[in-house]
Amino acid sequence: MDVLEIARWQFGITTVYHFLMVPLTIGLGLTVAVMQTVWHRTGNEQWLRMTKFWGKLFLINFIMGVATGIVQEFQFGMAWSEYSRYVGDVFGAPLAMEALLAFFVESTFLGLWIFGWKKLPRRIHLATIWCASLAAILSAYFILVANSWMQHPVGTELINGRAVMTDAWAVFTNNTALVTFPHTIFGAFAVAGGFLLGISWFHLYRRRKEGIDTIDANGRVVVGEDLSKGRVRDRTDHKVWLTSLRIGAVIATISFFGVALSGHEQAKLMFEQQPMKMAAAEAACHDGTGFSVLTLGKLDTEGATTCDDVVAVFELPGLLSFLANGDFETPVKGVNTLIPEYQEKYGSHYPDDPAFGQYAGEEISYLPVMEVTYWGFRLMITLGGLSAVAAALALWITRKGTVPQSKWLSRLVLLGIAAPFGANSAGWIFTEMGRQPFTVAPNPQMGGVDQVFMYTAASVSPTVSAGEMLFSLITLTLVYGVLLVVELVLLTRYIRGGTGSAMPELLEPEQTSGKDPSDDGDVLAFAY
Amino acid sequence: MDWLPTLWFILIALLWTGYLFLEGFDLGIGMQIGLGRGGEKHKRVLLNTIGPVWDGNEVWLLTAGGATFAAFPYWYASLFSALYIPLTLVLVALIFRAVAIEYRGKAQNATTRGLWDLALGWGSLIAAFGVGAMLALTTLGLPLNENGDRVGGPFAWFTWHAVLGGVAVVAFSWIHSVAFLRLKTEGPIRVSSGQRFIRWMPWCVVPLLLWSAVVVLAGTSLAAWTLLVLAVVAAFFAWFSARAGHEGRSFIALGIMLVGAVAAIFVAAFPVVLPSTINSTFDLTIYNASSSPYTLKLMSIVAAFGVPLVLAYQSWSYWVFRKRIGEKHIPEDHLVTSAVK
Repeated sequence: MDVLEIARWQFGITTVYHFLMVPLTIGLGLTVAVMQTVWHRTGNEQWLRMTKFWGKLFLINFIMGVATGIVQEFQFGMAWSEYSRYVGDVFGAPLAMEALLAFFVESTFLGLWIFGWKKLPRRIHLATIWCASLAAILSAYFILVANSWMQHPVGTELINGRAVMTDAWAVFTNNTALVTFPHTIFGAFAVAGGFLLGISWFHLYRRRKEGIDTIDANGRVVVGEDLSKGRVRDRTDHKVWLTSLRIGAVIATISFFGVALSGHEQAKLMFEQQPMKMAAAEAACHDGTGFSVLTLGKLDTEGATTCDDVVAVFELPGLLSFLANGDFETPVKGVNTLIPEYQEKYGSHYPDDPAFGQYAGEEISYLPVMEVTYWGFRLMITLGGLSAVAAALALWITRKGTVPQSKWLSRLVLLGIAAPFGANSAGWIFTEMGRQPFTVAPNPQMGGVDQVFMYTAASVSPTVSAGEMLFSLITLTLVYGVLLVVELVLLTRYIRGGTGSAMPELLEPEQTSGKDPSDDGDVLAFAY
Repeated sequence: MDWLPTLWFILIALLWTGYLFLEGFDLGIGMQIGLGRGGEKHKRVLLNTIGPVWDGNEVWLLTAGGATFAAFPYWYASLFSALYIPLTLVLVALIFRAVAIEYRGKAQNATTRGLWDLALGWGSLIAAFGVGAMLALTTLGLPLNENGDRVGGPFAWFTWHAVLGGVAVVAFSWIHSVAFLRLKTEGPIRVSSGQRFIRWMPWCVVPLLLWSAVVVLAGTSLAAWTLLVLAVVAAFFAWFSARAGHEGRSFIALGIMLVGAVAAIFVAAFPVVLPSTINSTFDLTIYNASSSPYTLKLMSIVAAFGVPLVLAYQSWSYWVFRKRIGEKHIPEDHLVTSAVK
């Protein structure tokens, strides 16, 4: 493998991994803030338990996002120094703003939230989780502004061989960013919804299996209690899981509509801004109007310069045109129509410039790897759609207050937690791989070779060796692998522990009940 | 708009100083927990002195990196790619450190906890060393060609400059955390930290002052000399006031020493941000490495609004957690038991 390939694998692996933690942080953070608000308003113990339990899982996950986020910022300079030089003037700004205006808030206020229980006035403590979770969403906006500029550079001119920002307003209100932002945020809430649903289902199922909750002749739940030592299976516990489940299902269902609507807007923009990505998403060699349900053939188009031997086995007529244009007739351009257009505008061969390394003077493949774009696009839609249907079904199934006593269903629901994560990853892999061979895709409204765009082949650090790159790829992948296992083990342990895992005071009522809480004011309410 | 690159040079120097000051004691405490002696309660006291604030402190590093990317992309690209291997190690160290802080308390047995302690200790040590090496190299030079790319292979950065900078930040972080513990703890830890500070402080500040002196000697700036003298005076003051039992005063004096030494380095290096050891015409300066005036202006507006805000709420968070802690404040450990049968 050459340096470029290793660098791309590394960016892909570290980014997809980082984005396993990010959507859960975004979605769960705000959900926990709402839970705490309800507790603050009503004083109802159930909502305190929900806040603490989901907050605990949120934190276990959050730290992994923090740890892997630093890699993201550093590796642009480390592995992609030519890219950094070319784009820094535009791309660096949202990144710096993310750190200064959003991530600082998130980190500081989460510290205040974690350690501020009983230390801060309740109202202010509540405000800290709101600040932290809204800052996470602001973070997402800045990062997506940066990414959207790579998909569709605006507000920029090519000056002395590099991209220079000329209109910050255009960069920060890039229409690509404005539709990608809701798409990503709804995607994050779909993840959080599924997470709430799956875990709550598991606990409701266990309560039934252990005979705590039963159902009467009408199928309505009869809530029971198990108050033996070390167990938190009281009536409130049932409410915790049932409410969490239903909140999760509602969030997941609503998010799906948000994702679908914003995704439709994205597709229309993509058709205008990156027609090749749209064609590759469909594996469409020729112009057409139909959305492919199944296409077979030679989708491995790595390095290809034409598209053939691809057969659309089954198509939904007109649907592709609707996705792209909002009507059913206008044909969407296929790969073989687009390649000559790209070649005419941006050249058929890479410049014979040392910056392109071994690719200097080579013929350019404007065609993304269709195996990835075609199946990535479909995997995203399928997993997203299935999760939404499952969430809606779950709402119906639990209308009488509990879940069916089925082991297999419970396992399936737990497995289903992974589906929205998978949809998110598939979507990102699709959109990033679909942008190839560019790191900064050309803006078609801006004309030809003299405009702002950058080839991936010219983006890597010129003198970093393949050995160095391989060293970091292997090291980071191993570390990430180990830590994923650690995180899953911890999450599983705290999930199985139920609300008692986040609130030890529930497990030892005899110890705390006799004492006035102000007596042990010396002991920290929370400590590492 | 000639002053914009200068402004951003100052801002980035400030961000690095802020990072070394704030994360300095976090890193030092990580080393003390992971590589020092002490019982479990002792370690937890140490960890909880930084518990609420360490993550916010680390954002200074991200902001320094992001600001360098935005304001001086050529500096960012050349420095980070030249230091590919050491920065990979810094990243791995920071990952393990962050995760260890959050997860060590969740360990169910002493073996796992011991592993997290090692991750925390070595993670802090390597991160401190790497950041120090990076800052020393950006002030003393790397073998860069005319495009700003490193030549001489993956280990071309490994010089005595790198070692000096690395040792300087490690030693400073450690002694800074000892001074910090004097302020933040009560009981035996406070007492032993006081003794430790008096005994080791003179040794621990030498590498930092030496690095500063090397940079200052290479230049001709009178201001840099003044700052270096200030740093040395502050170091003496820190030691004597520690001996006289003034904990706060010696902590602040040590901080002033850091600010003086780092400011002397940046002032002496100005306007060069990354010298090339091959040919001084390849040096990256604030003029040839910076972003356009438009971007710098935009970022200045953002910083004018953002930096004071960050300082305000971070100060507030230190105020909230201002109380000293000792072993009696640490709640009992609880093991997570399964709620399902």
